Amino acid sequence: MTSAQPPILDIRGLRKSFRHVEVLRGIDLAVEPQELVFIIGPSGSGKSTLLRCCNRLEEPTAGSIRVGGVDIMARSTDINALRRQIGMVFQSFNLYPHMTALGNVMLALSRVLGKPRIEAERLALAALDRVGLSDKARSYPAELSGGQQQRVAIARALALEPKVMLFDEPTSALDPELRGSVLNVMRELKRGGMTMLVVSHEMRFARDAADRVIFMDHGAIVEAGTPERIFSAPGEPRTRAFVAELAG
Amino acid sequence: MDGWSRFVDVFFKPELIERYSPAILKGVVVTVEVAAAVVVTGLALGLVLAILRSFRVLPLSALIVVFADMFRALPPLVLVLLTFFGLPNVGINLPSFVVLWLVLALVLAAFAEEIFWAGILSIPKGQWEAARSTGLGFLATLTYVVLPQALRLTVPPITNRTVAITKNTALGTVIGVGEILNQATAATSFAGNATPLMMGAIAYVILFIPVVALGRFLETRFAWRRA
Repeated sequence: MTSAQPPILDIRGLRKSFRHVEVLRGIDLAVEPQELVFIIGPSGSGKSTLLRCCNRLEEPTAGSIRVGGVDIMARSTDINALRRQIGMVFQSFNLYPHMTALGNVMLALSRVLGKPRIEAERLALAALDRVGLSDKARSYPAELSGGQQQRVAIARALALEPKVMLFDEPTSALDPELRGSVLNVMRELKRGGMTMLVVSHEMRFARDAADRVIFMDHGAIVEAGTPERIFSAPGEPRTRAFVAELAG
Repeated sequence: MDGWSRFVDVFFKPELIERYSPAILKGVVVTVEVAAAVVVTGLALGLVLAILRSFRVLPLSALIVVFADMFRALPPLVLVLLTFFGLPNVGINLPSFVVLWLVLALVLAAFAEEIFWAGILSIPKGQWEAARSTGLGFLATLTYVVLPQALRLTVPPITNRTVAITKNTALGTVIGVGEILNQATAATSFAGNATPLMMGAIAYVILFIPVVALGRFLETRFAWRRA
């Protein structure tokens, strides 16, 4: 991907330690506008932590992260203002159970962006429509399937028109037959030009949607490349072993 | 006199019921006033303390824990006597009504703080993270996401505790607050008959049964389908 624009997400020398355990050992990664970067790796390799550092759900120990050119660690940065530009989708959906699907999507529109009620509702319905769930606007999370819940969660992030979206194993908590609907929404987002950083093990999805696949192990990036190269001709033995295992 | 009429004579003597009804009613009014003041201020203070504790500022949290543990450990009667007879020695003279309200409100606040705090802690971390990741601040997340869920979970224990504390308004009797029990015991010593006490007991039942029923109603009303 060649582009004159600066990367939307620029991670340099990122380190993160929990007490004495170093989970990230110097990560350098730049995500270009409209790029879909896919991160794979064994559990405990630091993939989720990397994602969670990008909107400071975890505080990085060292290094720098820039989103749209803004240093998220800088004292002068308003982290709440920055977070609405970084959509995040969680493995366990984390919908607010006491609110309807519409309420879930509207909350940040009204309370963060300060939209008036009518406008917030219109934008929320539009976001729900993008994930194919405008007919479920009045349903509570407990009345929705896992796949529908995750799509509402995507709509909740999407409604704020983020510059980049982070997906932390978005389909891992779903039954196989429910994954497709979520992946289709992600494909649509990619087609619409959304910049995405995805931690997942969905190899088929990676093959046809990812621009770049990154293999992480023990808190470091071992190898990066196009999906074809990483999945078909990995250069590193560790990547080869992991990919072979993924393919079953 | 057979057993039944003796029983009626001791506990339900008609002329005593008539004579002391106004006094008992006066007591009911005072009990309701104290109880209402205790519930409103005690629950409000308890909620404020639980919210302050959620900021996790160590010295502040430690103070709140000390307060909550002290007021949960000490018998309310001890606190009532200590405050009423102790404070005048340092030049503070509070009316007995105020002492009773203050002590019971603080005791209720101590219990309520622990219950609300447990409710806040029981909300999964993912709820905080989801809200914060959309740009909501700490207080907005607490207000719109965490507390609405936490408060629903706390309705049953809060109701129980509130009923238990408000019944302690009867302690006002030892410092001369003119509530139900005080009126009833005074009348009983004048009349040399247990009828006024029985009237007081009935007044308590009439007063608190609706509160208990309201608690049950709230429990079912706020139990909602969880994901």
